[in-house]
Amino acid sequence: MKVTLKIWRQKNAKAKGRFVKYKLENVSPEMSFLEMLDYLNEQLIKSGEDPVVFDHDCREGICGACGLYINGRPHGPEKRTTTCELHMRSFKDGGTIVIEPWRSKAFPVIKDLMVDRTALDEIIRSGGYISVNTGSAPEANSIPVGKHLSDKAFDAAECIGCGACVAACKNSSAMLFVAAKVSQMAFLPHGKPEAADRVQSMVKKADVLGFGGCSNTYSCEHDCPKGIPVEFIAKMNREFFKAKVCKQKVE
Amino acid sequence: MGDKRIRITTVSQKYIMALAGIFLMLFLVVHLSINLLMVVGDDGKLFGQAVQFMLTNPLIKITEYVLFGGFIVHILLGVILWAVNNRARPVKYSKSLKTENSMFSKYMIHTGVIILIFLFIHFFHFFFVKAGIVPIPEVAEGDKHDFFSMAVVTFQNPLYSFIYLVSFVFLGFHLKHAFQSAFQSLGLNHNKYTPAIKFIGTLYAIVISVGFAIIPIYFYFFY
Repeated sequence: MKVTLKIWRQKNAKAKGRFVKYKLENVSPEMSFLEMLDYLNEQLIKSGEDPVVFDHDCREGICGACGLYINGRPHGPEKRTTTCELHMRSFKDGGTIVIEPWRSKAFPVIKDLMVDRTALDEIIRSGGYISVNTGSAPEANSIPVGKHLSDKAFDAAECIGCGACVAACKNSSAMLFVAAKVSQMAFLPHGKPEAADRVQSMVKKADVLGFGGCSNTYSCEHDCPKGIPVEFIAKMNREFFKAKVCKQKVE
Repeated sequence: MGDKRIRITTVSQKYIMALAGIFLMLFLVVHLSINLLMVVGDDGKLFGQAVQFMLTNPLIKITEYVLFGGFIVHILLGVILWAVNNRARPVKYSKSLKTENSMFSKYMIHTGVIILIFLFIHFFHFFFVKAGIVPIPEVAEGDKHDFFSMAVVTFQNPLYSFIYLVSFVFLGFHLKHAFQSAFQSLGLNHNKYTPAIKFIGTLYAIVISVGFAIIPIYFYFFY
């Protein structure tokens, strides 16, 4: 395969970025998208140029580290596929591929296609956990959990925190991420004691960090590589309302 | 949690916006039901009785103030949220595919602004006359509540009829997203009921915009 790449190059967060065109030949359709970029970088290094910086880690779709905005969509053209699991056979031979970083005020560009997604960690730090002392595992049947609820919690827990929802949203809203993290705990008895504080802190944190609000456009659901549904955003809204209305003030 | 800049979260804002929106949608149903009495073919007799009821019922008077509050809250929050959301992506994508599942959601601010402009024109024709801000048109013969006669002159003007019709199309677009979106913002999403909500929302948007459109069409072509 032959492809023309239009890649966003930016030295650092403060520098002005621009698109640079690269022509790449002898690309195998069996290459993964990231292997294609590795291949490009090998050639750039050989010719003494600065290689393209991009984020990646597990390369098997479970860590959430990779994430490129490819041809106008987060993670490229395939549904429910992370950038690392995307293959060159999904692209046209001789075509042009436009690659951009996630664009959001809350995700400053570190270099080229790599953005700083610490903001998502900040949201988790504000309440996305359960404060129990770990010890030996409790007896399995001591806390009964309905199958339906455990399934729902697991659906929410599938979120890998890649930030595609933010990238897809016209408002750069992180609500699908926040909703998944709030919901996975709100469904389970273990998460209940801190549920009210959690949802309020996390929602507020997302706003403070500069993510936009939700306009119910549902692009996030469409482009989430794990298919997290927007019904979790409604669940989060419910949890938020419950917390605001029912929670007693504590001095 | 100590950041003072964020007083009301976007989730709360959307919540209030949805409640105000639902109230406005209920108002539209009442408004349309009364207005359709104009086209029953009795030269506005029945409509006149309905107007009389609306003008004299104390509950309606109170609701009118609530309605204004609803409008103001809905518009203000719409603009505030739009500004916040706009700031969240300073550098835009060079290429962006349309992947949203609710197309009109992207243009709520635009359709909203068109409806707001329409509202001003509409107020000049009717509400401001009632409020005494705009002089009573000759046709109403000194009766500031003779909305039927005012409607006849307004809609026999092709320009105004056209403006009203176009505005109703945009109102329909706005409502198409608004109805189901309000439920989502209030946390009411359920795989059993949401498809029905979406269907009713589409139906509601069509009924309201077509219903209102009947009035200028009736007066322009058939009166």
